[in-house]
Amino acid sequence: MKAAAFAYARATSVVNALELLAAHGDRAKVLSGGQSLMPTMNLRLISPDIVVDIGGLRELRGIAVKGDVLVIGALTRHADLLNSPEVAAHAPLLRDAVTHVAHPAIRNRGTIGGSLAHADPASELPACIVALDATIVVRGSGGERRIAATEFFKGIYETALSSQELLVAVEIPVAAEGSTFFFQEYARRHGDYAIVGLAAHAVVRDGMFADLRLGFFAVGDRPLLASAARTLVDVAITSAALAEAAVTLASELDPQEDQQASSAMRRHLAKVLLVRCVATLLSRPELATGVAR
Amino acid sequence: MIAPIPVSLLVNGEQVDAAVQPRLNLADFLRDNLKLTGTHIGCEHGVCGACTVRIDGEIVRSCLTLAVQAHGTAIETIEGLSDSGEIADLQAAFRERNALQCGYCTPGMLITAQDLLQQTAMPDRRAIREHLSGNYCRCTGYQAIVDAVEATARARAERSA
Ligand SMILES: Cc1cc2nc3c(=O)[nH]c(=O)nc-3n(C[C@H](O)[C@H](O)[C@H](O)COP(=O)(O)OP(=O)(O)OC[C@H]3O[C@@H](n4cnc5c(N)ncnc54)[C@H](O)[C@@H]3O)c2cc1C
Ligand code: FES
Repeated sequence: MKAAAFAYARATSVVNALELLAAHGDRAKVLSGGQSLMPTMNLRLISPDIVVDIGGLRELRGIAVKGDVLVIGALTRHADLLNSPEVAAHAPLLRDAVTHVAHPAIRNRGTIGGSLAHADPASELPACIVALDATIVVRGSGGERRIAATEFFKGIYETALSSQELLVAVEIPVAAEGSTFFFQEYARRHGDYAIVGLAAHAVVRDGMFADLRLGFFAVGDRPLLASAARTLVDVAITSAALAEAAVTLASELDPQEDQQASSAMRRHLAKVLLVRCVATLLSRPELATGVAR
Repeated sequence: MIAPIPVSLLVNGEQVDAAVQPRLNLADFLRDNLKLTGTHIGCEHGVCGACTVRIDGEIVRSCLTLAVQAHGTAIETIEGLSDSGEIADLQAAFRERNALQCGYCTPGMLITAQDLLQQTAMPDRRAIREHLSGNYCRCTGYQAIVDAVEATARARAERSA
């Protein structure tokens, strides 16, 4: 199908975009890469009166290290994340994740800001920024707000953004000494949205987790920072401890049932990913056998 | 009625100036306004890859791009890649190996495969499959397509050696 008629405004600056959003309120939609907005409009799931195209705003593009944070502009495309030496050095989790986001032609236009604002619970980047303890920078006519990634996602396609605000950047603490990362997902086909996935960040010292953040996706209505991780920090990991963490994890998940998987299957796969993740991050393959078979 | 918006762009090297409705997507603009019907439309929501074109040298979905967003860019369609001879060897390999039957997906497959070959001189079969993962073919079962891309990569490597 084709999109219903709408008016189009090419924003000339962030300030101009915010003026347009203030003038049109809920009847306006922001257009970045269009890789989620256009399908939704073509399927006529939504029909905005006006589309505010921010795609040309250079001030929202680019990746830079400022002190101990990696700042990624909202319009930075998936393809840019994949090719960025700064991302590879300071947040390799994002690079690993992006190879699973859609397909090359879509990665050439889709943006990180669009992906986070869209907030599909099966999407990779939201879970990554939760695992990376990032901050989302949002601008409205009243000024700037900074929102912790863990507070940003509110439900399926729902975020803390109001319809008159723009997501302008993501700030990610640069990887600390001893940081390691894990990314894996189950999908029917490479590039499809995940059935279940896990993006993790850990600090390992003397064979133990000094820190562990597990960002699961496609297991509920938003990316989940699993509290089961806490039971694994600063303790010697045994198969029994890991099995217990897997049980805790299953109880905090609320996975949906759909054509791809039942909720029981999603719970099972999440446990498998947890075990694999811990075994991989600690370089202890024996842990991957024995639990959650 | 929403007023049309002026756009200027290059299409296969030729300057095009037009006034378009905002809702018009680039695929329809190429097909209906410019009669470049080699760009195919399958799903209109980004899933099938039949509408793949190049914008400023990069492959994109023309069904998910508005014609107004293409203002100031250089578009290349399958007609452009074909007429310039850029993919003549890839097209010949597709023909020789039966990498097409109905031909509906072929323009998108060719553009996407050429994109991979420009980035990676000798991709392995996994890399070929991964790069083409966003392009559906309902006839060939994909093996022949992967064969044709692999053969073209090898032939190009031999020629440049
Ligand atoms: C076939 C297909 C497969 C895909 N597979 C995956 C996948 O496996 N994983 C995945 O994560 N994604 C996938 N995607 C989606 C893709 O990653 C999109 O690029 C992304 O979700 C949206 O980014 P965008 O820049 O295109 O945003 P747009 O489509 O332009 O916008 C998306 C939404 O966010 C709002 N918005 C955009 N930018 C801002 C901003 N700066 N501030 C406030 N609001 C904003 C828009 O108003 C809109 O509601 C897929 C898309 C397609 C078509
Ligand atoms: S028509 Fe554009 S991807 Fe199917």
